[in-house]
Amino acid sequence: MHLKKVVRGVRRSDLVQVVAIDALITGLAKPAYWAGILRRYGGRQKQRYFLVAEGKDGVQGYVVGEVRDWEFGSPPCGWVFGIGVRPQARLGGIGAQLLEAVCERFRRAGVGRVRTLLARDATVILAFFRSQGMMAAPFIPLEKELD
Amino acid sequence: MRLQQNTLLALYSALEFASRPERQLSAAEIAARYRASPHHLAKVLRKLRRAGLLQAARGVGGGYRFTGNAKRVTLMDVVELFEKVGAARPGPRAGRREEEKALDEVLAEVDQIAKATFRSITLDTMLKLIARRARRGRGA
Repeated sequence: MHLKKVVRGVRRSDLVQVVAIDALITGLAKPAYWAGILRRYGGRQKQRYFLVAEGKDGVQGYVVGEVRDWEFGSPPCGWVFGIGVRPQARLGGIGAQLLEAVCERFRRAGVGRVRTLLARDATVILAFFRSQGMMAAPFIPLEKELD
Repeated sequence: MRLQQNTLLALYSALEFASRPERQLSAAEIAARYRASPHHLAKVLRKLRRAGLLQAARGVGGGYRFTGNAKRVTLMDVVELFEKVGAARPGPRAGRREEEKALDEVLAEVDQIAKATFRSITLDTMLKLIARRARRGRGA
């Protein structure tokens, strides 16, 4: 069922629930990491966004993103590097609502494109972003083992 | 990346059926749209039916209708019915040169990206993409 949630900026008091949602999804609780994200992306940081979707049972999902400028010559674009929805609240349009909310902030910041980076085997989240109209970007992610 | 003709016809057909699941279509109708032989397309549709994506429709005209879940069925689900993406390349495994092994590694990377792409796109997402392209075309 699609019940519209309130999407708003994160508050310090939301952090426990964000950590819990992330732990449900990834199997690993990372309170120190999320405290750092709150510090750097919470509040009114310029071009940085940390939003949550709140329902009657508390925080149901979160999204974190920022505007990135001129990485390897790429014009400024919105970058989503974290999105999560409580597993039992999925298929209700919360992820789409969160993504649209952060995209709206990117638009207001003057950018016209949004990007993200995902593991190839992250099928569920890949399918979600695809369903929201995202296509392959003209970049190739690279990595190597550091000796 | 190239897909075999059967695979392409299966994908076109699955999208045709999924776009209006209540409608029944015959092999001849789809064959005409995609300039394929009806006999050839009938074989493709039988395979989609065996995979549970289509159901043979009774009554006048016959044909098939879509019975899959367009939000769940991915392009990979259809592609895999007809061909193996990234199948091991034939040739001897032993005594291979480093050049051959290194090139295999690069080709495997290409295959993995293709598979991830097919797995991430559902028929429903494809239908949205088609609609967006049509809107852009009308706006141009």
